[in-house]
Amino acid sequence: MDKNNTPEVAPTFRVQWEDVQNCYVVLYPEGMVKLSSSAGQIMKRVNGETTITEIIADLKETFSSNELEDDVIKFLEVAYDNGWLRNKK
Amino acid sequence: MTTAGSETKNDITPPLWLLAELTYKCPLQCPYCSNPVEIAKYQNELSTKDWVRVMQQARKMGATQLGFSGGEPLVRQDLEELIQEARHLGYYTNLITSGVGMDEERVKRFKDAGLDHIQISFQASNEELNNFIGGTKSFQHKKEMARIVKEYEYPMVLNIVIHRKNIDQIRDILEMTVELNADYVELASTQYYGWSRINVDQLLPTREQLANAEKIAKEYQEKMKGRSKIIYVIPDYFENRPKPCMNGWGAIFLTIAPDGTALPCHEAGQLPIEFPNVRDFSIPEIWNDSPGFNHFRGFEWMVEPCRSCPEKTKDFGGCRCQAFMLTGDARNADPVCDKSPHHKSLIDDVERINELAVDEAAKKVEEKPLIFRNMKNSKSYLEEV
Repeated sequence: MDKNNTPEVAPTFRVQWEDVQNCYVVLYPEGMVKLSSSAGQIMKRVNGETTITEIIADLKETFSSNELEDDVIKFLEVAYDNGWLRNKK
Repeated sequence: MTTAGSETKNDITPPLWLLAELTYKCPLQCPYCSNPVEIAKYQNELSTKDWVRVMQQARKMGATQLGFSGGEPLVRQDLEELIQEARHLGYYTNLITSGVGMDEERVKRFKDAGLDHIQISFQASNEELNNFIGGTKSFQHKKEMARIVKEYEYPMVLNIVIHRKNIDQIRDILEMTVELNADYVELASTQYYGWSRINVDQLLPTREQLANAEKIAKEYQEKMKGRSKIIYVIPDYFENRPKPCMNGWGAIFLTIAPDGTALPCHEAGQLPIEFPNVRDFSIPEIWNDSPGFNHFRGFEWMVEPCRSCPEKTKDFGGCRCQAFMLTGDARNADPVCDKSPHHKSLIDDVERINELAVDEAAKKVEEKPLIFRNMKNSKSYLEEV
């Protein structure tokens, strides 16, 4: 994965916080996926302006951890695979 | 699951899916329509204000998906207004339409209002059969609308209801969805409720047809991987275990009929159960407290073989409406289940229709005409009952 890429949520999908579910969710035609709290923290930083490197740096700082990079990359791969994300041109 | 401050009571999960059947008026007359055969009874449609209130209350309880359906939802002149309100409330908004009554101007207005997704139905892959099944000249217009939907960057689901009259064209149908760049394709096997139940002798495919269709659907699922998601489920009459209908009664689905009747699924109106109306009760009252929505919650209502069945937590005994239609008692196991004492008579009936289909194809017997879904046929049905 090229960490200089800038991901954005693909047009079919929407990511939003749900009070009742108490988590971030991915919405798509007639369906919903609930995100774990770490996945939610990654997805909320996807905005079409922030690169993957910057997202990782922000997460490291916020959660004072240097060991989360592999997990973030792993999740982003899943998110791209599911079509939730695409690279901003 | 409950959350502090939520509007849902203990042990009752919040509604996630709100299906807004805005009207039963429709320019199409598909003989497998899932609307009740009694559509002519539903004259008193909810106002814009009623719908806004329903959407607000359901959203507050946690509903995220909203389907604008019908009939044909485009018939409602306030559709744009309702979409705008729904999107503002935070729903993922789905428009489930035939495409008839849509033009580019309206698609643009939907986009401005914040509509998330459009699902267009096709009746077949060729003009003649499409227009015959739908009872209107609509094929070319649908194709044009599909192109416009993609042009406006909507995710596009193409929905084709599959039955004996079009199942042999499944390859052409799939080719058409490829040509139209569908993101999702739902090859929706006819489910035998409402109008399609009346027409089941003419619509149920044969085992041979199903096997062939399944092979072709698999081929395209492989071929289109990553470009288009193709969903194909065989009719449950050919299964040995029932579907976990609606993921359980009053668990996630909330349907509101055009006249405001609240239902746990869009077929439930046929059951001998009294269902509340949104004109009389709020959505939390309906969802949490009404006898109708609590009728088949949990497992206490079950009779054997479901009651002692270890699979009851997985499929909830199947579909209550199917149990009612095929056994006369909605508490019974869905006869699709081979543990049901009524399973054999369902299999026998499938076999009878299979033979009928073979005889018809060989011109040994004359085909019975389809009963089309329209107000006239609904009225004569109501007079007969």
